[in-house]
Amino acid sequence: MSSRSLITIQRLHKVYFLGATKVHALRGLNLEIKRNEYVAIMGPSGSGKSTLMNIIGCLDVPTDGNYWLNDQDVSSLNDDELAHIRNKEIGFVFQTFNLLPRATALHNVELPLVYNGTTAKDRKVHAASALEIVGLADRMDHRPNELSGGQRQRVAIARALVNKPSIILADEPTGNLDSKTGVEIMEIFADLHGQGNTIILVTHERDIALHAQRIIHIKDGFVEKIETVS
Amino acid sequence: MGEYFRLAVDALRTNRLRSILTIAGIFVAVTTIIIILTCIESLNNYVETEFSEIGSSTIYINKFPWVITDNFFEYRNRPAIKLREYEALKEDNTYTRFVSPLAVYERQISYKNEVVDGVSIIGVNRHYAEIGGISADHGRWFTEHEVDSRRYVCVLGASVVEALFRNADPLGKRIKIDGFPYRVIGVLEKRGTSFGFDQDRQIIVPYTAMRNFAYSWRGIQVAMLPERPEDAEAMKEEARGILRTVRKVRPGDKDNFAINQQDMLLDFYKQATGGLYLVLLVIAGVSLVVGGIGIMNIMLVSVTERTKEIGIRKAVGATRKSILRQILSETLLISSIGGILGMIAGVLVGWLILNWAFSLSAQVTPSIVLVGYGFSALVGLVSGMYPAYRAANLHPIEALRYE
Ligand SMILES: Nc1ncnc2c1ncn2[C@@H]1O[C@H](COP(=O)(O)OP(=O)(O)OP(=O)(O)O)[C@@H](O)[C@H]1O
Ligand SMILES: [Mg+2]
Repeated sequence: MSSRSLITIQRLHKVYFLGATKVHALRGLNLEIKRNEYVAIMGPSGSGKSTLMNIIGCLDVPTDGNYWLNDQDVSSLNDDELAHIRNKEIGFVFQTFNLLPRATALHNVELPLVYNGTTAKDRKVHAASALEIVGLADRMDHRPNELSGGQRQRVAIARALVNKPSIILADEPTGNLDSKTGVEIMEIFADLHGQGNTIILVTHERDIALHAQRIIHIKDGFVEKIETVS
Repeated sequence: MGEYFRLAVDALRTNRLRSILTIAGIFVAVTTIIIILTCIESLNNYVETEFSEIGSSTIYINKFPWVITDNFFEYRNRPAIKLREYEALKEDNTYTRFVSPLAVYERQISYKNEVVDGVSIIGVNRHYAEIGGISADHGRWFTEHEVDSRRYVCVLGASVVEALFRNADPLGKRIKIDGFPYRVIGVLEKRGTSFGFDQDRQIIVPYTAMRNFAYSWRGIQVAMLPERPEDAEAMKEEARGILRTVRKVRPGDKDNFAINQQDMLLDFYKQATGGLYLVLLVIAGVSLVVGGIGIMNIMLVSVTERTKEIGIRKAVGATRKSILRQILSETLLISSIGGILGMIAGVLVGWLILNWAFSLSAQVTPSIVLVGYGFSALVGLVSGMYPAYRAANLHPIEALRYE
């Protein structure tokens, strides 16, 4: 365990129980990610990328093994403590955006702030500036169904940013977008990395993965190889 | 807190019809409860006020108890109360302040050409004014001398004055009761109706001036007021002893007379109506439970529909507690709207019922309103608990994956 690392993962196992059958999604995976790194995760479908991201994002807990985030042993926390970490340390960007359909862009971005006690006034200010960072200052009052796919993903990125988390996690953020829009989204991630954010991104496309500093190849639930992008 | 309220309002708005139907369930239940409570409270209040006119420490000695719950025929063979028993009670008592005979008969009365039937003629002594809490507000009450010397004087109730004299002053006039002339010396303070009876349709005369026609076998009553209210029990025991002696009742035998008091009537009223009220409240309670089940049902559907939303909220940091609060705020809002509207409707309808059916003014006490609101809020919380618990315990990933 290195205290320098933002994320330290050791011998991580995740087993899903489907009735009588067990699905071994992660099999003793080890991983270290430093602060302000930009890491891409690649691997075949079903190799355990999303499972790993969900555990890193504290949306799920490992069956076995250890996970330290900021030197805190996250694998031992309870539901509400995990909720607290998700709120404070994690910004998650999903492939399917996962925005509240009836809420405006501004309100969607405010959402993490609702759960850390920020006052309504400050929420508006922070959410507005996050939307500005992703270039959506003029779309604050639009609902998700009034926005394009790329714009929706930007709203989701603004939501991930708004609490100034330690890590931004993105599970196939361009998976539902055309390649041109995908490039725009990748530019935002590049900017965010430039501003000092730590970014972990899952993708199937090598072009996109090449934006990162390191590419972690996963196969059958463990790290196959780590590639450094020059 | 404001955030949760806003969320709840939003949720209700999104499913307008569904919200309205759910609210209606609670509304009907609370309306029913408030109507029932208002009616019970008002009737109880009315009855207690009316009974209190009897005076809580005054006792009445009668042949029959006021309330007979067992076999009436057991009492039928008792001797009537006689004047000599009144005299005995008047002689040797220590706890009694005032004693008066009370002889009541219905007779025909007339003045010149005006004839009125069925007027209560009440024969008493001078002290009945204090015992019965009545007084003449025009003219005067009769004196001890007038009683002792059997003067044919009378004090008229307001309705009698109206029937015989219209607007003329009755003082000094001679009316006829059962053919005998009586001089009017006073008019009683107006008392209105009690349980539908006109309390002003009566004439009070010295009991000694009644003997001409009041020797009837029905006998009289005796009214007694204790020295102090706390002497009522002692006075009762003393009167019982005196009567048993006068009537030569053997030790061990039952009394052959009844000592009546206001609280007997109240007790009887409470006993007779308590069960009914309870049944009414249980029915209302059941409708509230049904309303609650309605909320629970709707909230379970609503939680299922919003699984994804809950997943999103959890993913960005909502704790179990905040999800619980969100769902409970919603059920609380539903039940509060239903509760508040139900309270208003209940008070209005209760007021109308009381006014029309019983000509009573409605008593709306804060406790009724609190009970009404409290119950609806409670139902909201209880019925929201399970759906909220289900929502709070959703796994974030599974919730996010829900379509
Ligand atoms: N909730 C679940 N219950 C049962 N099995 C699951 C569950 N989630 C994932 N799995 C299984 O775990 C394995 C890893 O799944 P995971 O979603 O992590 O793959 P992935 O690498 O993200 O694939 P993709 O590239 O298709 O998104 C798969 O075999 C999958 O079927
Ligand atoms: Mg995946």
